[in-house]
Amino acid sequence: MGFFFEIGRFWMFMRQVFARPQKFSMFFKRFVNECYQIGIGSLGIVSIMSVFMGAVITLQTAYNIDSWYIPPYTVGFTARQSIILEFSPTIISLILAGIVGSKISSEIGSMRVSQQIDALDIMGVNSAGFLVLPKITGAVFMFPFLIAISMFLGLLGGLVFGYLSGEVTAGRYIYGLQYYFNPYAVKYALTKTLFFAFIITSIASYYGYYTSGGSVEVGRSSTKSVIVSSIFILLVNYLLTQLLLI
Amino acid sequence: MIEIRGISKTFGDNPVLKDISATFEKGKVNMIIGQSGSGKTVIAKCIVGLMEVDQGAILYDGQDFVKLDKQQRMDIRRKIGFLFQYSALFDSMTVEENVMFPMKMFTEMTKEEMLDRVNFCLKRVNMGDKNALYPSELSGGMQKRVGIARAISLNPAYLFCDEPNSGLDPRTSIVIDNLIKEITEEFNMTTVVISHDMNSVIEIGQNINFLFQGQLWWKGDKKGLITTDNEEVNKFVYSSEFMQLLKEKLASSFK
Repeated sequence: MGFFFEIGRFWMFMRQVFARPQKFSMFFKRFVNECYQIGIGSLGIVSIMSVFMGAVITLQTAYNIDSWYIPPYTVGFTARQSIILEFSPTIISLILAGIVGSKISSEIGSMRVSQQIDALDIMGVNSAGFLVLPKITGAVFMFPFLIAISMFLGLLGGLVFGYLSGEVTAGRYIYGLQYYFNPYAVKYALTKTLFFAFIITSIASYYGYYTSGGSVEVGRSSTKSVIVSSIFILLVNYLLTQLLLI
Repeated sequence: MIEIRGISKTFGDNPVLKDISATFEKGKVNMIIGQSGSGKTVIAKCIVGLMEVDQGAILYDGQDFVKLDKQQRMDIRRKIGFLFQYSALFDSMTVEENVMFPMKMFTEMTKEEMLDRVNFCLKRVNMGDKNALYPSELSGGMQKRVGIARAISLNPAYLFCDEPNSGLDPRTSIVIDNLIKEITEEFNMTTVVISHDMNSVIEIGQNINFLFQGQLWWKGDKKGLITTDNEEVNKFVYSSEFMQLLKEKLASSFK
């Protein structure tokens, strides 16, 4: 019963969120601000994660396929496939669910418990649309860029650390990156990212918006939003892989 | 004028408001008083539509708010100013941006016109030099004043104040009370103040409604409140030793 209540309320919430903005200039200003907050605000951690995960994927692949009958360029090929298909779109999105999702949830939750959302409602502002739509559109707009940067840095990290460790030469690694490259993989990954961006921001906003109580409940909403959006990311990841790749 | 007719509200099995009818007059400070848990805040939230009533009518100058659709309700809400218990200022915005916000959302005023209005509202509440500060940099009393400035920025027809004095010292409370009264008379608004502070009631109350156990137990003016023989009202009004000491003096001054 609780599950169906949540689904129904989420649906009603989304209808409110996607209502036409009351003032487009305000929406656009907030959208730009959210793009900055979500995009630039997450760039540092995404970059660090990507470089080192790219490095680790490369080194582990090199360690595991240390065999005379597997060509060395397989390291670059495997790193590419892992990073583009799964690491950058899914793992980075899971990390962003923690960073961006918890921030959104706690921000909106704090506004709820301090009656700032009530203040918007009483003024006649569609509070859900005003607060949440710029966040969702901002994330959907910025996530593909973040993930594309993550892919690039992941592959670069693999190249640099693979070379420095002596496990693979730069030439063979780059050959592996180019080997049987299908651009559809990038398209598939970025498509997934759009869904993940929506999942993260909408679920975090939903839990924040319906927070009631005080600071403990704000924290609880934040944790809940990260857990639920992570589960949905994994579920949708599976479904999209089945639909788009198989 | 706001009129409520037979409104009721229940949370689960707990009836919080029971068949309440009252009239809040224009140009007057209408007060809803009562002890904690009597349903004061719930009634205010129901009147402005933050909560739905189970039954009854809420008439804003004759228009039944309960029967209005979403858009019509939003149109009414734009005529409402609301001062929250803890001010509810947007903490990511400066004082100026807070007061300007309703104008940005709902008017086509130029930046200069908005700034003029912001400065007028802030000066009116004696906060003329605090435009650039953030709410976190203000004291509780200052936040209340900015809350009032934001509430009156669009020249509202109705002003609601939920516990305007909570957390304030007696002197600042009187300043806020008098400000509410002056603004009500100056802009001829229908003001509804939710309070349990007897100082406020004595200071500015003109049309007083006493809630007890979710019912409208008593209504009248300040004089009536002081001189009534209603037992529950007396228990509330003279609950403190200070008020008991003043009892005779108050009664004689209202004769």
